Amino acid sequence: MGFRNIIGRRLGLGLVRRRKPFSTATCDGDGNGNAKSINLYSAINQALHIALETDNRAFVFGEDVSFGGVFRCTTGLADRFGKARVFNTPLCEQGIVGFGIGLAAMGNRAIAEIQFADYIYPAFDQIVNEAAKFRYRSGNQFNCGGLTIRAPYGAVGHGGHYHSQSPEAFFCHVPGIKVVIPRSPRQAKGLLLSCIRDPNPVVFFEPKWLYRLAVEEVPEHDYMLPLSEAEVIRQGSDITLVGWGAQLSVMEQACNEAEKDGISCELIDLKTLLPWDKETVEASVRKTGRVLISHEAPVTGGFGAEISASIVERCFLRLEAPVARVCGLDTPFPLVFEPFYMPTKNKILDAIKATVNY
Amino acid sequence: MYSNMVTLQTLDTVFYEAQRQGRISFYVTSIGEEAINIASAAALTSDDIVFPQYREPGVLLWRGFTLQEFANQCFGNKADYGKGRQMPIHYGSNKLNYFTVSSTIATQIPHAVGAAYSLKMDKKDACAVTYFGDGGTSEGDFHAAMNFAAVTESPVIFICRNNGWAISTPTSDQFRSDGIAVRGQAYGVRSIRVDGNDALAMYSAVRSARQMAVNEHRPILIEAVTYRVGHHSTSDDSTKYRPADEIEWWRMARDPVTRFRKWIEINGWWGSEAESQLRSSIRSQLLHAIQIAERAEKPPVNDLFTDVYDNIPSNLREQEKLLKETINRHPKDYPADVPI
Repeated sequence: MGFRNIIGRRLGLGLVRRRKPFSTATCDGDGNGNAKSINLYSAINQALHIALETDNRAFVFGEDVSFGGVFRCTTGLADRFGKARVFNTPLCEQGIVGFGIGLAAMGNRAIAEIQFADYIYPAFDQIVNEAAKFRYRSGNQFNCGGLTIRAPYGAVGHGGHYHSQSPEAFFCHVPGIKVVIPRSPRQAKGLLLSCIRDPNPVVFFEPKWLYRLAVEEVPEHDYMLPLSEAEVIRQGSDITLVGWGAQLSVMEQACNEAEKDGISCELIDLKTLLPWDKETVEASVRKTGRVLISHEAPVTGGFGAEISASIVERCFLRLEAPVARVCGLDTPFPLVFEPFYMPTKNKILDAIKATVNY
Repeated sequence: MYSNMVTLQTLDTVFYEAQRQGRISFYVTSIGEEAINIASAAALTSDDIVFPQYREPGVLLWRGFTLQEFANQCFGNKADYGKGRQMPIHYGSNKLNYFTVSSTIATQIPHAVGAAYSLKMDKKDACAVTYFGDGGTSEGDFHAAMNFAAVTESPVIFICRNNGWAISTPTSDQFRSDGIAVRGQAYGVRSIRVDGNDALAMYSAVRSARQMAVNEHRPILIEAVTYRVGHHSTSDDSTKYRPADEIEWWRMARDPVTRFRKWIEINGWWGSEAESQLRSSIRSQLLHAIQIAERAEKPPVNDLFTDVYDNIPSNLREQEKLLKETINRHPKDYPADVPI
């Protein structure tokens, strides 16, 4: 679906929308124009600045967003756009999302921040029972497509139970919302702008590990990256690896080492987990005959299970080995034991070899 | 106002009967709360955005939702704006600024705050209004919303229908505060308690509330004290948990419709002939609307898959294709009145 379609697609209550046209939206971010080396939180910050500058009915709100946010993603927004558009909310996730739904239902772009994905659960009812069903239950008379919920997720080295969670699987089971996870600064900016402008409510998980650590050339202009399109970020022929977010860099290291042993790995960034791009993954598995999925979230009931089941359904006779999953353990995310819990490069490498030698 | 109250009362009676006859699957009455429904709606403007719970069809009625439109939703036919997806009484109308009912309790309350904030930003001469029962004020969403409304200074009116019961739970099992009005005060929201069965008092309170909300950009809480004369729904028999004579007393001696009729009769604007004419006319219109709604086709099975997202994603296209194949193989498993 073309990006320009996204612009006209939002149905609201018929209120006039005053929006500047988006700039060339179809480039994937490494087209012309200036690019600067910036980290993930700066890229997200840029996306938010652009979102608010191109739509004067866009709002950013959440706990502590006014001074710049605990991860600095919202730096400068309140100063530039004013406290009517960028504001702190009370400490209440169900309120943040409920308020955001109401704001979005009136045709605004409501960009809500949940301080850590670990704290998103009080808002789960509003997300599942309200946001996800808003359009469907009203017979398309109403929608809250302008809602985007951003939350930092994932391991950070010392986060323990409540600053490290990867809750994406809970949300992937909810028809009516989209779930998007970027792997890098350039991806994050383009994907976040697409999420904000997408006519459906979106949950956008940002890998907090990468906020400062990941640095990349990011074009300064307004650009969008497509949702529900997976990307083959490394070509290979012996095994397909599927992942998202911060885990991809771990998987890439494993692929590099596997290559030294003569194993050619194809690596896919899913990017959008719901609705996910089965076609790209299937095409790759038809080529390689083997697949390995890796995510930080606990293995049981993790999103890898959905990918595995779908691939087996579609590619059973082509598969040379069982689908491998290298994931977090089925425990709460531990502090001292984090290195043991995590799906490390060597765990992945071992699984690559086991799968290839099956 | 009075004829709308009578219409609501009659609508409830006829549709309740229809459910008992098996013609619709479910129904929820608003008996005893006609004054809250109609008088509050009358005090608002059509630009005010309504976020209902589920016992406020009178607000829709006031705004012009037709008896046929009510019937269509209850029968889930092709003309239902909700496309047959939800249970009866889950009405919604974007044209009439009435957000679609959802069964979940109190979830609409924070939505109203966000919507009110939007109206304030757009400098509209309008407010958001949300309704909920005494039970709903125990939900976290109520507290979240009150607090957000106060902090964001949003023009929203919170109308609590304190009707004494949350299904079988009396208010003494629901809270120990002095009703709902004090809760508003606790959040810094101006609050008032009103006799919900006094149509004029309701009208007056909502009118003042609206003025304050819109002109001063502030939330207002109205606790309308009333009594739920009907059962919670057609799935409930309230004589199981409350005395039948208590129900009867409220139905007869405290009926808000009768009370308002006495006032308009005393003023010489109404009489018993007008009354019987109105009631029989509405009743026959309702029966006619039900007949038409009952005979109408259901929405096509394609509407199972649309509107989950703005466009149908590939996984749903695939599922639709597989479902159609299954329907072809096993047609008897599926209702005959849903077009394929």
